[in-house]
Parts: sequence; structure tokens; C-alpha cells
Amino acid sequence: MQNLGINVLFEGTTLQRLFEGLMMTAGIAFLSIIIGSFLGVGMGLLRTSKSKVVQFICRFYLEVFRIIPILVWLFIVYFGVTNALDIHLDGEIVAVIVFSLWGAAEMGDIVRGALESLPKHQIESGKAIGLSFWGLYRYVLIPQAVRRMLPGAINLSTRMVKTTSLVVMIGVIDVVKVGQQIIERSVIKVPTASFWVYGLIFILYFIICYPLSTLSKKLEAKWEN
Amino acid sequence: MNKENHQVLLEIKDLHKEYDTRTVLDGIHLRVHKGEVIVVLGPSGCGKSTLLRCLNGLESIQGGDIQFNGESLVGSNVNWQKTRQKIGMVFQNYDLFPHMTVIENILLGPIKVQKREKKEVMEQATQLLERVGLSDRKDSYPRQLSGGQKQRIAIVRALCMNPEIMLFDEVTAALDPEMVREVLDVILGLAKQGMTMMIVTHEMGFAQAVADRILFIDEGKVCEMSEPKEFFTNPKTERAQQFLNIFQF
Repeated sequence: MQNLGINVLFEGTTLQRLFEGLMMTAGIAFLSIIIGSFLGVGMGLLRTSKSKVVQFICRFYLEVFRIIPILVWLFIVYFGVTNALDIHLDGEIVAVIVFSLWGAAEMGDIVRGALESLPKHQIESGKAIGLSFWGLYRYVLIPQAVRRMLPGAINLSTRMVKTTSLVVMIGVIDVVKVGQQIIERSVIKVPTASFWVYGLIFILYFIICYPLSTLSKKLEAKWEN
Repeated sequence: MNKENHQVLLEIKDLHKEYDTRTVLDGIHLRVHKGEVIVVLGPSGCGKSTLLRCLNGLESIQGGDIQFNGESLVGSNVNWQKTRQKIGMVFQNYDLFPHMTVIENILLGPIKVQKREKKEVMEQATQLLERVGLSDRKDSYPRQLSGGQKQRIAIVRALCMNPEIMLFDEVTAALDPEMVREVLDVILGLAKQGMTMMIVTHEMGFAQAVADRILFIDEGKVCEMSEPKEFFTNPKTERAQQFLNIFQF
């Protein structure tokens, strides 16, 4: 059995450790997607504001996240902010903060795009039946915007899942890090270990992201009717 | 039928509306009595749609006064949400909400805005749908309907709020010719029931049939205000004559 590299996956606690790493990856990603989506809707509403100041601040916020690499953001918060404020934050917390803020910026842009693509008449006919500002958004604009922004939002979510692999750099043990540890330990004994371990990680990422795109297809099909 | 003795529902005094530096409405005066049907005519860009939109607070105004039931609709403390429930408006592009079924479209205002009982609104909606001949399309989505059907639903949606006046802004302009009639019939029916209405249209035959008075606007000013028979047979101003000639081959 010595030459069957796949066995590297079933030795000791390897699978369990990979699973724990996967939970870390998925946990950070989904928490950030949820927080980012909520903040993002607020952000999108702000971006459609008529106030030039509000528009500028929101735009600046988005650009700052687009221009500075996420890895740098992780460093800024993990090393810089904690140092400056003299507090300690776990890598996991930092990861959720950074990914949520990034998600909010990008989601805000998607929400804005969807809201602005709605015909102006929808606003007017909503007003004409006496809807308030919030009623207009709640019953007329947001439900329609959600349908339009779905493809972009799902795309962003899978991007966020994939980008969580950067958290290794601030000491979080995610699925990729666990994989590296396993490979380092067994590569002398099993030269093909990296193939099998990364192969499994590939499948694990697929397992996280695939339901998202299935969900998006299902919802799109549902709303089509 | 003379409705001039009826109570004044809507009064427009010296209304001015400007976009940047361009004057769109230049001193409009009008009194609309309860039960009266006013048809607003005029060449494209004369300001007739803008006039209706000002009455519903969709456009700001730069001068003059609008009074609805004796209350001014000018200034920042107007409760438009409340006022719009009494001033129904139907638009050219029959803007139903595409993500809601017909009945959801109709119920949204009465239930969410007016906080009425669902059962009671449902009864009213069913009656109104029957009246416009669409009771079987209750659960359809707007995209499954023809333009004429959508426009009739939009009228029902506005009526279900129990408005005191209805504003129609070129409601047949976007329709195929064979669908114009079904919409106009609904409006004619409303006129017979005594609904107060202001109608902007390009359908001259309809205007003549439905109107108590014709308001002819040109370049933001009231050019002529007369009974339909008189307006169509014997227009007083040259501008109105020219306008009417366009519609004759």
C-alpha cells in the first residue's frame, strides 16, 4: 500500500483536520457574506442618495477597498489597527471584519447598479399610491433590485469564499494551511501527497461554492415565472 | 350637464413651473368641480403632462398655489403621502410592479398604506376587476397581460385607493390602436359614475365624448377653456384651430 498516495488522506486525523480547516474557511466566508450583504444594502441605498457629500464618501470607501489588496487590508487591521489601538484581535475576527467591509463595499456597488437600473416610472407609480420613502424601497424597489443583482451578488460571494485563503497570512488555520501542514509532514514518505491533498481541497472549495451557484440558478428560474 | 355649481375640489391659481430657466407652465388658473371631467389638450411639450404631475407632487412648482379640498399643496409641510391617496394617477407606461401579481399590485396601497382590512379591500378589488372585465387575471403577472389589460389594471389599482379625483396622463399613448378602446371605455364608465377626472389625451373623439370642459394649453399658458362641442366646432383662438387641423386629413 506504500505507493498509493491517496492513503495520505486517511492517515490519522488528517481528514478531521482538513474538515476543521474547511469549517474555518466556510465560517469566515459565510459570516462575512451575511454581514457584508446587510451592510451592502445600506451602502447601496446611500449611494443612490442625492447628497453629493454622501455620494463622495461612499465612492471613496469603495475605491479604497478596490485599490488596496485584501491581503494588505488584513495586515493593516491585524498588525496596524490593533497596534495603534493597543488591543488584541484574533486573526479570525480580523478576517471577518475585513471581508465584511470589503463585501459591503462591493455589494453596495451591486445594489446601487440594480437600483439605478430600475425604471424611474416605478418610483413614480409607487409614490402615486401613497407609499412612503421606506415603503417604496421595501415593497417596490428592493424586491426588484434583488432579482437584478443576484448574478453579481453570487459572483461576489464565491470570490469572497476563494479569497479567504489569504487568512493564512495572519495566522488563521484555514483549510489550505491544514493541507500544507499535512503535506509537509508526509511529503518525504509520500511524494504525491500534495497532489492528493490539494486535489481534495479543490473538491472542498467546489462543495462550498457550488451550492451558491445552484441557489442562484434556482432563484433566477423561480423569479422568471 | 353643468357641474359648475358643484363644490370646488381642486383649484389651481397662477401656477408657475420652470425647469432651470425654461418656463413650462406660465400662470395656469383652473377650478375643477366635484364630478367634473376636464380634458387637457395641447401640442407636445406644451406642459399638459407637467401640469398633472404638479398636482400629484411629482414635480415641484415655482409659483402660484394649488388647493385641494381647500388645503394648499404648496410648501414643504404638505403631507404628500396622505394627499396622493386621494389623488389617483395613471401613467402612460402603465407602471405595474412587475414582481407582483395583479391582485398584489392592487392590494399594496390599500393594505400597506391605508392599513385597511384585507377582506374588505379584496371585495372591492374583485368588483373593480369585474367592472373592467379582468376578474380572471387576478393571479397573472403584468408581463402576461397585454398593454390594454395592464392599463386597465393600473386604473383599478388607483381606484382601489378610493381617490376623490383621478389624473390620467396620456394613458393610451403607448397602446396598440386596437387596445385603446377598452381603456377609454373604462374611463367613460368612470365619468358616468361621477368621478372627478383630469385627462391628458390625444384621442380627440374621446375627448369630445368624455369632457365637461376642454382646457387647451399652449406654451405653458391656458389658451382656451370651453365646452367640448364649442371647442371642436368653433375654436376661439387661432392656435387651437391650427392644433385641431393637425388631426384632420
